Amino acid sequence: MSDVVTFTLDGKTVTAKTGQSIWDVAKHEGTKIPHLCHADRAGFEADGNCRACMVEIEGERVLAASCIRNPSDGMVVNTASERPTKARKMVMELLIADQPERATTYDAGNHFWQMADQQDIADSRFGAREMPGDDLSHPAMAVNLDACINCNLCVRACRDVQVNDVIGMAGRGVNSKIVFDFDDPMGDSSCVGCGECVQACPTGALLEKSVLGDQRIDREVNSVCPFCGVGCQLTFKVRDDKILYADGRDGPANEERLCIKGRFGFDYIHNPERLTKPLIRKEGVAKSDVATLDPANPLTHFREASWEEALELAASGLKNIREAKGGNALAGFGSAKGSNEEAYLFQKLVRTGFGTNNVDHCTRLCHASSVAALLETVGSGAVSAPFNEAENAEVIMVIGSNPTVNHPVAATFFKNAVKDGAKLIIIDPRGQALSRHATYMLQEKPGTDVALLNSMMHVIVEEGLTNADYIKNHTENFEELKTHLEGFSPEVMEKVTGIAPDMIRAVAREFATAKASIIFWGMGISQHIHGTDNSRCLISLSLMTGQVGRPGTGLHPLRGQNNVQGASDVALIPMFLPDYQSVEDPVIRTKFEKFWNADIDPNKGLTVVEITEAVHRGDINGMYIMGENPAMSDPNVNHAREALSMLDHLVVQDLFLTETAAYADVVLPASAWPEKDGTVTNTNRQVQMGRAAVPMPGDARQDLWIIQEMATRLGLDWNYSHPREVFTEMTQIMGSIKGMSWERLEANDAVIYPCESPDDPGQPLIFTDDFPTANGLGKFVPASLISPDEIPDKEFPIVLTTGRLLEHWHTGSMTRRSAVLDAMEPEPIVHMPPAMIDALQAKPGDLVTVKSRRGEIDIRVRADGGVQNGMIFIPFCYAEAAANLLTNDALDPFGKIAEVKFCAVHVEKKRVPEMAVES
Amino acid sequence: MTVGNKTFSVPKAPGRGGRKARYQKKGRQVEPFAAREIAALLGDRSRQKDLLIEHLHLIQDTYGFLSAAHLTALAEEMRLALAEVYEVATFYHNFEVVRDEDAAPAALTVKVCDSLSCEMAGSAKLKQELAAKYGATLRVTHGACMGRCESAPVIRLKDRYVGCATLENVETVIKAAKVNDPLPRVEVPSLQAHEKNGGFAALKRLQGGELTPATIIETLSDAGHRGLGGAGFPHALKLNSVLSVPGPRYMAVNADESEPGTFKDRHFMNSNPLQFLEGMLIAAEIVEADAIYIFLRDEYPETAQLLTACIKDIEKAGLNNGRPIHLRRGAGAYICGEESAMLESIEGKRGLPRHKPPFPAHVGLFGRPTLINNVETLYWLPDIINKGTEWFKLGGRNGGTGFRTFSVSGHVNKPGVYITPAGITAQELIDEFGGGMKAGHRFRAYLPGGASGGILPASMADIPLDFGTLEKYGCFIGSAAVIVLSDQDDMKRVGRNLMRFFEDENCGQCTPCRAGTEKALKLMERDKWDAELLTELSDCMRDASICGLGQAAPNGLLSILKHFAEDVQ
Repeated sequence: MSDVVTFTLDGKTVTAKTGQSIWDVAKHEGTKIPHLCHADRAGFEADGNCRACMVEIEGERVLAASCIRNPSDGMVVNTASERPTKARKMVMELLIADQPERATTYDAGNHFWQMADQQDIADSRFGAREMPGDDLSHPAMAVNLDACINCNLCVRACRDVQVNDVIGMAGRGVNSKIVFDFDDPMGDSSCVGCGECVQACPTGALLEKSVLGDQRIDREVNSVCPFCGVGCQLTFKVRDDKILYADGRDGPANEERLCIKGRFGFDYIHNPERLTKPLIRKEGVAKSDVATLDPANPLTHFREASWEEALELAASGLKNIREAKGGNALAGFGSAKGSNEEAYLFQKLVRTGFGTNNVDHCTRLCHASSVAALLETVGSGAVSAPFNEAENAEVIMVIGSNPTVNHPVAATFFKNAVKDGAKLIIIDPRGQALSRHATYMLQEKPGTDVALLNSMMHVIVEEGLTNADYIKNHTENFEELKTHLEGFSPEVMEKVTGIAPDMIRAVAREFATAKASIIFWGMGISQHIHGTDNSRCLISLSLMTGQVGRPGTGLHPLRGQNNVQGASDVALIPMFLPDYQSVEDPVIRTKFEKFWNADIDPNKGLTVVEITEAVHRGDINGMYIMGENPAMSDPNVNHAREALSMLDHLVVQDLFLTETAAYADVVLPASAWPEKDGTVTNTNRQVQMGRAAVPMPGDARQDLWIIQEMATRLGLDWNYSHPREVFTEMTQIMGSIKGMSWERLEANDAVIYPCESPDDPGQPLIFTDDFPTANGLGKFVPASLISPDEIPDKEFPIVLTTGRLLEHWHTGSMTRRSAVLDAMEPEPIVHMPPAMIDALQAKPGDLVTVKSRRGEIDIRVRADGGVQNGMIFIPFCYAEAAANLLTNDALDPFGKIAEVKFCAVHVEKKRVPEMAVES
Repeated sequence: MTVGNKTFSVPKAPGRGGRKARYQKKGRQVEPFAAREIAALLGDRSRQKDLLIEHLHLIQDTYGFLSAAHLTALAEEMRLALAEVYEVATFYHNFEVVRDEDAAPAALTVKVCDSLSCEMAGSAKLKQELAAKYGATLRVTHGACMGRCESAPVIRLKDRYVGCATLENVETVIKAAKVNDPLPRVEVPSLQAHEKNGGFAALKRLQGGELTPATIIETLSDAGHRGLGGAGFPHALKLNSVLSVPGPRYMAVNADESEPGTFKDRHFMNSNPLQFLEGMLIAAEIVEADAIYIFLRDEYPETAQLLTACIKDIEKAGLNNGRPIHLRRGAGAYICGEESAMLESIEGKRGLPRHKPPFPAHVGLFGRPTLINNVETLYWLPDIINKGTEWFKLGGRNGGTGFRTFSVSGHVNKPGVYITPAGITAQELIDEFGGGMKAGHRFRAYLPGGASGGILPASMADIPLDFGTLEKYGCFIGSAAVIVLSDQDDMKRVGRNLMRFFEDENCGQCTPCRAGTEKALKLMERDKWDAELLTELSDCMRDASICGLGQAAPNGLLSILKHFAEDVQ
């Protein structure tokens, strides 16, 4: 068969490429055949059900749906003849009969009515069917099935694109209807609120509630999502300077997809608790006095100040400490939620203005150990391939990661790959939504990854499944690892991991022998005292099987925050200068000192938890915190909060009066992501352009401006008038993004690094030939078994693990102020296996007290069969029951990351006196 | 590293507060009792996804209905999404989904057939009477054609059917159903006896190499043997088409005759199942099918018993040549008679017809080339091979070739299944086989091919009934289900009955059929029919529907407008 067919379309000879439908060719030729059920979008296959696109093929008995029919050589197709024209119009007329009146419909300008207009059809000669009622049970979306035309696009959006599998077409014939699960109200169903169905719906039958009754949009602004590290491109829909919702845009990472946060979670920026004026702590208000503070009314503890006064006080407090004790008595926490330009300037301020390397951010709580292992073994801390490479993988391994919650859009691509035949291996102590799709689900005992991965590698070595050529040509130190693995047979390790040897063997074989295997990991790997060891094992596994550097292979630590990759790249970390160049290397340091025209402390700085300790010791007395919330995010958070209260001077720059800002001397009201221009770097290493969509409220200011004002007052002579100038400076000193420019990003929206020249499209796959190590080889580093720091005992018999919820971002400071997200998850909950609930003689919804050696919280129970017995899970986003009061701040020696995924707790049912019956 | 006893609090937490979280995960959760029951019920049966419908039957057979709790547990057990299970369970008539646990249905449901033959025999009145008598204790509802039109009206009670139903004989069966008496069994000769009479000789000659697939295909081509499910596609052509695509291949047998008025396949399966199975194995041998799936309509439980026993004997005797034979049970959906919808159903999904091309012969069951044959098509194979093409060809009349098996129902004296010469006319059929018109009835019209084959007036009863002879009159023979109407029948009611059937039975996938049948019925329920609009609508249904159901649904309506215009004005 040739790749091109030639046929006649409306009398004209045309050609079609393989896979092109008649509809596609007609569109290309300038004929827009009406279409309803055909989305003409990536991920949506033609379904041919609406019959609005019928054409006539000469010699065929009946008409054909052009969207799903591929032309063949010599075919003669007519789109405009009487028969198909009449049929198409009749289809519209049938559907219009059952539509709400156009004047009062949900979205009068919708695609359906555009198609009616295109064919000059305004009404119908047929009577209407019985109209179903609406379903407004979901906080974000309205279901108006009276406008439904059964086109099935929402089903495909939910099942083919997002693979959430919630929407179905139930019933038969005229009674067929769109349902959620078992025809349950959308709000009670298993719907995860991604809104893909809403974006796909051509009639408004599924509609954003924010535009119900008024669909006017003043403007659309293309930007990128500020939540997780996936980096979805989106379009903000703005009316009256308010973001109503967002639509997915065709970015390289998301291909038009979004999740609930990225579509419906932007109203936090309009929350009345937004800080709009600089605040200064009132005289005499003790820092320990925060319990009575209400972020909606901070004037009990703070007074409003002018920017001039606030900045002066903020900067002078830091300057005084610097002058009295030296720069190392200061520290700064920057943010992975701001732009690259902000992060770059923040670390530059700390290094050159404070005179210290004590600068860090939440990467320390995130992938610091993964980065440590990657730098040690393969010489680069970033991912080796975009997550979208899952498409080309035969085996996808997801370990210590719950991507449907933490990287929802990335998870959709994993599910697509599995639907297309890839095998999915999940290794995690907790069951998860992805488990249903898994070929192998290994629900290991918590904290046993090294044992499990070593036993997998043991099998691979024992059964001769290593890639000897690859090991020989691209790696070093294999013999040491090989010897080390001898003691790790799956039979011996079963006692540690709880996983049957047969399962380990099967998984090891699949991974090693597949044409392409890729590994994705998350905090379940990194947030342990052996987090670096966990990552070393994953790297060794990939290296020994040669599953790296080719399409469909690689090592991908899924980065958590929208810009944690970029913030790390630009050196918002204490041991490196931009591009992971050691601050302790005199050559490198000298280069930067020259470039910045300033001295740099020759010693690496302290990390997040180390800074807390230094405050407790009295070594650090002043801090500048931008957009971080250590009073919620840090392990053993009571200890961290005490440290904040001990500071002589604390400046916090944020959108809200966060738990951290409560301890501040000066609070500076900052800009939210949709209010600023700037670039961010996602987990795929794609540098993407964000654009301001709405103005800042009140007297809030651009973060870049604030940082610069602080710098000026600390004696630096900076003069950046636009983030463009900061970005240009970055490209001058960072080889990884040398080939990028602000203009290029403005034009392309995304460029992947490494990008060496303006012509370089960027390299999605790295390690294709060698590794960026001194000798070009990847290094095997054996990992021994280390028990978690705090083993359950009689007093604290239960393992607590922590993490996120789909709806809440990090410490909840943004998402809990979004109406939709707050409505979805309004209250702290502990996920508990049903057997444990029974054993506590409790029911779901009961209050329990969870105690560790460090603190205790009261929290309500959610039944979750995915959590294994002996274990509980608490999301750390709830200030009123902060999981981090309980967590352990013991550190991984290499990555300095705390073991927030494992600590020992005691759980008991809360004995509350019965409430009087309410009248 | 722990701090002393001092606790540092936080400001008032963000969030509106005052609201309760869900204390379960999102959506319906599996209840432990249901998980236990479903796990026990499925036992060591495979959980593969194509068995969804089989497992739904198992649950309903055991518990009488499909509760939400059981369906949730089944989804979990089969690793399916809730929606995937629900949409399949609600697609098929014979599944009783109960979402609300408090509203379990009555222990017994009486279904009264409302297809044309039964309605002509008074089923509407019977249904009313049954409802009046038993309404408090039983659920009385309607059912689509039950394939027993020779004894209209028919009612169904679980797996029991009552032909020529009356209040009296229904009562006896209700009692039997309540105590679950075993079903009456159909008796047929044993495999040994059948083989002694020459059964399976043709298959053995093929398996032994005495006959080759090529010679058989040539024989079938010479004989002019056609597919007898309704389309009349030349059988030899179909075999060659399947063979043109490299294997592995499958075979699917369409035993889902559901065209109202059709009951011939049931006749063949119940009277001579082994000859049908031999034909099936011959065809499977020719296309080297990896496995055979027989899709049998749910309305034939006694046939299912019989086939299960016969297949067991055949497998024991090794006649299947190692080919697995899967008997799959339909769940009540006319559309599954459409071959690609049947494939979907065998795959455990809703019966939605597929777009063509590709044709199932090339991309069929589980994406593989698949031979799909109807029961009767296969039934004839041993005879044609053994007796020769001349014998077969000479069976015809009026220019027809071979034999046609008619299911005759309606106002004739002797409704039933008749093997006749192909090319016989309706008048000859009524006179020679049907025993003439019933007393008090004057022959007025007939449906040559069930509900979808259109209607012809008695004045056109001299046309040979065969593939290709009726199309010019807007009709077709289809499955050869001839329903005879008389001067006692109201043509408006006939037209509505047919359209209501299609409205009820269409899959819902495409607009012209889903909305078209509904809008057409609305127009036909008026006293005066709007011929112009109905014709315009019919054109769209014929031209733009995905499958034959929608394309043929207006045939009856158009026939009435053409031949009986005075009846609807």
